[in-house]
Amino acid sequence: MSTTWLVVALIGVFTIAFKAAGPVLLGGRELPAQMTAAFELLAPALLAALVVTQAVGGKQAIVLDGRLVGVGTAIVAVRLRAPLIVAIVAAAVATALARALFG
Amino acid sequence: MKRVSPLLPASATFGVAYGVLAVTAGMGVFAPIVMSATTFAGAAQFAAASVIRDGGSVLAAVAAAVLLNARYLAMSVAIAPAFQGSRLRRFFESQMLVDESWAISQVGGGRIDRRMLVGAGLFLFPCWVGGTALGVFGGDVLGDPKRLGLDAAFPALFLVLLITLTVSRRAIVAAVAGGVIALALLPIAPAGMPVIAASAVCLAGLRRR
Repeated sequence: MSTTWLVVALIGVFTIAFKAAGPVLLGGRELPAQMTAAFELLAPALLAALVVTQAVGGKQAIVLDGRLVGVGTAIVAVRLRAPLIVAIVAAAVATALARALFG
Repeated sequence: MKRVSPLLPASATFGVAYGVLAVTAGMGVFAPIVMSATTFAGAAQFAAASVIRDGGSVLAAVAAAVLLNARYLAMSVAIAPAFQGSRLRRFFESQMLVDESWAISQVGGGRIDRRMLVGAGLFLFPCWVGGTALGVFGGDVLGDPKRLGLDAAFPALFLVLLITLTVSRRAIVAAVAGGVIALALLPIAPAGMPVIAASAVCLAGLRRR
């Protein structure tokens, strides 16, 4: 097997297993109350981390670029009670404009 | 599926970008498409293709991707109660778990709407895999996702959902802690670590009770 296919197979197996673990092994059962309480905090903590890594993340660096204009626009849109779809489109358009104007 | 619609062109365009990168990296034509269909996780695929392009080892490529995807293990356990039916059905439905489908399907209190998650994944999947095929065979047909501002669509989605979901004091504290941890680790830790470390914040909630 070539290197590429080995990499594809191994990463595929790991990722499929990660995604399937919960639903396949624990599916349909309620988690212990303690865990449910902990997982209530997973969504905000993880979402915040995804915002940070995707808004200012670079190759092991903090990179400030046009993405911030988009994220700022999304915040304004939400504050104006715009629906999610509008906020996301506005973020992309604002970032594209910022890049077109300021390179 | 109104909520997922703005993400579909973004997903497809990044799929194209991945296809182009994978071909340049020497992954051939079919391996990238198979990878998009099986791994179905953008960041890990970009990381693996970069390692292959730079002549890195199998271990380096796999380690980078596993680190990036380890967050799915935490998400997977957290969403488990919502999955019903046969084991086989739960297996296939669980494969529709990606950051975007997970984020969109949050209904508050750490719970998700399984139908929304699977539905969003079913829309994102063909865009991602189709985009990859387009990039592999057609090259850069949709333009640079960055020039189109599409790289801002994902953090915008996560931020909007964060704002709408984070209402309780505990949740706000968790969000701030998660964000600060991720920001602090970004320049020093390998890709994937900042997000895993931030999700460890929820362990503090486990202790508290």
